[in-house]
Amino acid sequence: MSGFANFGNELYTGKRSYNFVGSKKIWFTIAAVAVALSIIIPVAKGGFNLGIEFRGGSEFTVSNVQTTEAALGEKAVTDVVEGSVPRVANVAGTTMRIQTDKLTDDETLRIKEGLTAAYGVTDDEVTSTFIGPTWGADVTKQALIGLVVFVLLASVLMALYFRTWKMSLSAIAGMVVTMFITAGVYALSDFEVTPSAIIGFLTVLSYSLYDTVVVFDKIRENTADLDASTRRTFAEEVNLAVNQTLVRSINTMMVAILPVGAILFIGAGLLGAGTLRDLSLALFVGILIGTAATIFVAAPMYAFLRRNEPDLVRQAKRVEHRRASSADRPASAEPAQA
Amino acid sequence: MARTGPKKPGLRVLVWLGVIIAALTAVLAGGTLGGQASWAPKLALDLEGGTQMILAPKVEGGSDINEEQLNQAVAIIRQRVDGSGVAEAEISTQSGRNVVVSLPGTPSSQTRDLIQASADMNFRPVLLNGAGAPVPEESRTPEDQLPKPTAEPANSSDINWITPEIYRQFEALDCDNPSQDEQERSDPAKPLVTCEPATATTPAIKYILGPVEVKGSNIVTSSFQLQQGAQGAVTNDWAVNIQFDEEGTAKFKEVTERLNQFYVAAGGDSGNDPKAQFAIVLDDQVISAPRSLAVITDGRPQITGGFTEQTAKALSDQLRFGALPISFEIQSEQQISATLGGEQLRMGLLAGIIGLLLVVFYSLFQYRALGFVTIASLVVAGILTYLAIAILGWTENYRLSLAGVAGLIVAIGQTADSFIVYFERIRDELREGRGLVSAVENGWKRAKRTVLASKAVNLLAALVLYFVAVGNVRGFAFTLGLTAIADLIVVFMFTHPTLQLLARTRFFGEGHRLSGLDPKRLGAVPLYRGAGRVRTPEDKPVLVRAKNAGAAAEAERRMTIAERRLAEKQEQLAGSSRTAAKENK
Repeated sequence: MSGFANFGNELYTGKRSYNFVGSKKIWFTIAAVAVALSIIIPVAKGGFNLGIEFRGGSEFTVSNVQTTEAALGEKAVTDVVEGSVPRVANVAGTTMRIQTDKLTDDETLRIKEGLTAAYGVTDDEVTSTFIGPTWGADVTKQALIGLVVFVLLASVLMALYFRTWKMSLSAIAGMVVTMFITAGVYALSDFEVTPSAIIGFLTVLSYSLYDTVVVFDKIRENTADLDASTRRTFAEEVNLAVNQTLVRSINTMMVAILPVGAILFIGAGLLGAGTLRDLSLALFVGILIGTAATIFVAAPMYAFLRRNEPDLVRQAKRVEHRRASSADRPASAEPAQA
Repeated sequence: MARTGPKKPGLRVLVWLGVIIAALTAVLAGGTLGGQASWAPKLALDLEGGTQMILAPKVEGGSDINEEQLNQAVAIIRQRVDGSGVAEAEISTQSGRNVVVSLPGTPSSQTRDLIQASADMNFRPVLLNGAGAPVPEESRTPEDQLPKPTAEPANSSDINWITPEIYRQFEALDCDNPSQDEQERSDPAKPLVTCEPATATTPAIKYILGPVEVKGSNIVTSSFQLQQGAQGAVTNDWAVNIQFDEEGTAKFKEVTERLNQFYVAAGGDSGNDPKAQFAIVLDDQVISAPRSLAVITDGRPQITGGFTEQTAKALSDQLRFGALPISFEIQSEQQISATLGGEQLRMGLLAGIIGLLLVVFYSLFQYRALGFVTIASLVVAGILTYLAIAILGWTENYRLSLAGVAGLIVAIGQTADSFIVYFERIRDELREGRGLVSAVENGWKRAKRTVLASKAVNLLAALVLYFVAVGNVRGFAFTLGLTAIADLIVVFMFTHPTLQLLARTRFFGEGHRLSGLDPKRLGAVPLYRGAGRVRTPEDKPVLVRAKNAGAAAEAERRMTIAERRLAEKQEQLAGSSRTAAKENK
């Protein structure tokens, strides 16, 4: 612990400091590139890997099966359609459900035969249906409404709490970056986008704002009486606040991601596809990016938005002045360490 | 502030928390003993197993259903199911033809009826009515005395609609034992013989009805309220309001003009001409047959008489949902086994336990003994959440879904974060050289604000997700919101008071190496505590200055004019000497 605590101490005093705000050009460029890629990749790839609820698909129901082994169903499908990733689930005591992409009539017939043989059932115990994409569209529409409502309300809430729209805007900017990059990671990695993943996605947005609020709260505290101080410029105060909350940010991210990681491990490793896995995957990716976006985008952006305010410009000049005058006394610049 | 506080600050709050938990437990125990509640939370379809129904919508007239109608059908079923208090119902379309309804548990026959209930609603004028029981064979009207139409019926209320065949049907009809065979949907252009089923308070009544005059699809909306008396005062009688669209308004005016004549001719309230009644027919069954007391010209009739709040609501719901000319037929009904759900739940809980353990290890690693406070707080949060879910399952029929379980697991991290914000603030205060007791108080003052603000964001997200989202999103949003509230309660009523108490123990107060709050390790300057407080800014450790911009600024503000002048002069001097130095180079 002493290592990490010491790290925290140094960050706190400013002895060790990462220049998050000063290097904003680099971060903004990286973020812009990442966002651009997140838009380009899905377009180039021809969209996301949507779940059966969105794209529609074929679904087989096998009743009175002899065994509920999922692998049998998978094999029956892959034997016919190579490279297909069917989702097999035991939906009732002796009923299996197999979901696949949309199939041709011929494929449907052959898979049906395969399933009949694999599960040892008669021909009429296997039914096949197509699933229309209406359900997914419904979820998507609602998710979009939710997104807009949430962003609007959260913006107002933050603007009221921080009493400046610039913080609100910066926080939203961080959230938007998180949103795009998380979606981009989804597109890049070919994770399946299911309604559950969309829930996770919306939760990530809330996490992203939550994280930003905590850091911004510290920024506000540090910059409260800035106009009367010549110790640091506004940007430096913002940077110090980010550094001072860095340990918190890391710890927060860790405790948030540990349970999610546990779900992911259990979900992916032992359960296969489903609500738990889809949800936690979106959260896992989003929490990582959300934490980074607060530090690298939201906070520097806030400093950037306020860089031209006359009061702050004057204050920065005073700081510069004072530094110039104390340049001959280097002893004072070094923090005293016990 | 803390130094002057009560002897054991925080103890009282902890006692209150204990009282709250005991009260919630008592409520749940009471419910369980009463047989309505259970200790285990109720589970949703995906965890408990349940029923999946595939419904085939049928449009009036037998034409194929289009996509728009199907979407309308889904919306209507969703409204019906949600309205009936079934949580976590999932309604989706399949193959662009069917509607799939997934309900947790086994639906009551009431719910089943509600889902299936035909939305084929019509208004037909009453031609004749009678008691619900069949007329005994021997006393039935002889052949030659049967009513015979004398002319083509002039309007829907014309008695000439009643043919001998229809009259025979009417006499034979037994409303207590309706025939079970599937009947064809009635022809809207022909008269209909049907029943109004018996209710708890009224016996069954059978009717001969004229052809359809106003369609259910002409209803815009319907509501129910307490009836207003003559002076506008609210009475104790419930009334159902209907609002027709333009077409319905015109037709209904026409109908009431005719029916009201029968009402007036029969002597108003004292008379009883069945032809003054119009029947609201749902799925070929009369759900209500009020008399037309007045001519309704504005398309906003009000139905009154003998309603309770429940019956008024029921009729109002039927009218509102009945506005769609689509009926449903259950094509298949499948019970989803609890096996899969049980497996998923087990895995979910396993994931939760692993997640919890990881968080516990991480807290202990990061915060040493303080980590135990985190663990204890998480346990208290867990107890509160569990009690809330179990009680809500009892009172609100809230059911925990897999997404809800995921929400609970995710919440572990978010709950623990409040403690991290708080602990880090305490450490900050220690780094500034405060004693633990005041560090706890000051840290709390600052952390409190942050925790409240950030939890507000969490709650907002949960609320938006809950109210906007469909299907199993709700379960997730609900648990997120619930845990955010539980977290606030725990931070305020457990974590902070506990730390107040712990700050006074030797282990924590003297900053034991393993306490997680060891000032030395946190880089505090011990000198600062004991030695003289008057220091020049240069002597003061940077960290102290850094800490409180407010205080520093305040100090600067308090310089006298002379001091400021001096400082400015020095600055100028320093500036010029630097320039000079530069030139020398």
